Amino acid sequence: MTRGGFWLKLATAGNVLFLYLPIAVLIVFSFNASRLSATWQGLTLEWYRLLLTDQALLEATFNSLLVAGVSTVMSLILGVMGALGIERLAARYQTTVDGVILLPLIIPEIMMGVALMLLFVTIKLPLSLLTVVIGHVVFNLPLVMVIVRARLRKLDPQLSEAARDLGAGTWQVFRRVTEPMIRPAVIGAGLMALTVSLDDFMVTFFLAGPGAATLPLKVYSMIKAGISPEINALSAVMVLASMGLITVSLLIQRRSSS
Amino acid sequence: MKNHPSASSQPARPGSPLDSSGWLLAPAALWGGCFFLVPLLIVLLVSFATRGVHGGVVWQFTLANYGELLHPIYIVIFVQSLAYAAVTTCLCLVIGFPFAYFIARAPRHLQSIWLLVILVPFWTNFLVRTYAWMFLLRAEGLFNGWLLHWGLIDEPIQMLYQPVAVLIGLVYGYLPFMVLPLYVACERLDPTLIDAARDLYAGRMATFRRVIWPLVKPGVVAGSLLVFIPAVGAFITPDLLGGARTMMIGNLIQHEYLVVRDWPLGSALSFILMALVILLLRGYFRVDRRLSLPQVSQ
Repeated sequence: MTRGGFWLKLATAGNVLFLYLPIAVLIVFSFNASRLSATWQGLTLEWYRLLLTDQALLEATFNSLLVAGVSTVMSLILGVMGALGIERLAARYQTTVDGVILLPLIIPEIMMGVALMLLFVTIKLPLSLLTVVIGHVVFNLPLVMVIVRARLRKLDPQLSEAARDLGAGTWQVFRRVTEPMIRPAVIGAGLMALTVSLDDFMVTFFLAGPGAATLPLKVYSMIKAGISPEINALSAVMVLASMGLITVSLLIQRRSSS
Repeated sequence: MKNHPSASSQPARPGSPLDSSGWLLAPAALWGGCFFLVPLLIVLLVSFATRGVHGGVVWQFTLANYGELLHPIYIVIFVQSLAYAAVTTCLCLVIGFPFAYFIARAPRHLQSIWLLVILVPFWTNFLVRTYAWMFLLRAEGLFNGWLLHWGLIDEPIQMLYQPVAVLIGLVYGYLPFMVLPLYVACERLDPTLIDAARDLYAGRMATFRRVIWPLVKPGVVAGSLLVFIPAVGAFITPDLLGGARTMMIGNLIQHEYLVVRDWPLGSALSFILMALVILLLRGYFRVDRRLSLPQVSQ
């Protein structure tokens, strides 16, 4: 196995390099003093400073945080209720519903974007941050449901039955028994929904009206205008932000499953 | 609960008619119905409607939109998209398989760290990841810089806005979708089976073909579909890394909706894309059932 082991390790190293080199180069060059050259011209924080003075960028960041916050809270409320609801269905319906809720996560994003745009045009709801929030809940809701459902499935149903036998009502069972046990999954799902919402481009692209640009839309228009060190700096900030959010989310979910 | 006096006296079993908490699913189902199913239905309806003079939709039934898609220009873009997605899938499989196998064979406590290694770039903004390749592949980029520095080339090669750039971007974007199901399949692979095959004098190739491959096949199918489906509907990658000749279905849909404003034609395109995806998904769920059965019995 030694020879096979060597090639496996080489292929793995190649994969890791392939996955991380582009991001690493991007971040390193966000500190490069030269605006145009790809050669190293010395260290600078100038591009980060420029980001902070870009009014449109700050506005887009605010919009993104607003959309992500509102859509995450809505997805959590609807999603936790939904996950509890699935639990209550007969087993054969559960399998079907588990399959159906995956659909919004699997179909091409562009489909969801154009379909929702057509809906809002048909019902004459002007495109704005509101329509963006509605769209984000469409893909965040199944995400929350899948994660919370996975946690609920691992719980011992006898615990809530015991609580019922001891006279607890439906709400009390949830508040005192179920909720504390699924809380880590709910927090993890919330953080994941925040990340997905903050990162979404495709659905937002079709649903954001004029003046409702989010951060990814702003990044897209900056990239379209041409490569610049400001984009590198902005990318570095976004990479670190999503890595932070996801790491926390995974850690919380890990703790809940162990 | 008030409507079911018996429910309070007797603990309700999940799925029993006594249990009224199934309504908890109603808001989520309503949301999905209004903002997922209905919009998809509208796409279907609009694809049979006529285009208005100034864009928009005139509700007059026609099959002309689907007829127009038979024009060679559209056929070429469709075939091209399928080809890009297919090549991307094959590349992801070839690149990702050794990686997945390596992770599955790693010590237990290291496996979750390796999975994190795959997931971190995956959770990085897709635009940023695509931009990273623009930065590397452009004429003044790092790759051309190195090649020039080593004297391998005299002037920068045009790498960006070429089909190869689109392929790199697609593989980069969707590689994790391939590695994760492959890892799950490899992880279930019992190493003693491989040892047994070796003991029975199977060569390296024979062991792979006769023992490993049949066992990991469901993972290969799942991973391939998870890569193929988003790749065939890609928009950002061909839009940013490709040139005028590398248009894919996603770009065509965006073009028809937002530039030409021919919504019926855009809808017909979308619907064909969706039909394709649904067909592929049927295959996926069939395989997924086989893949997840052993998990349930564990």
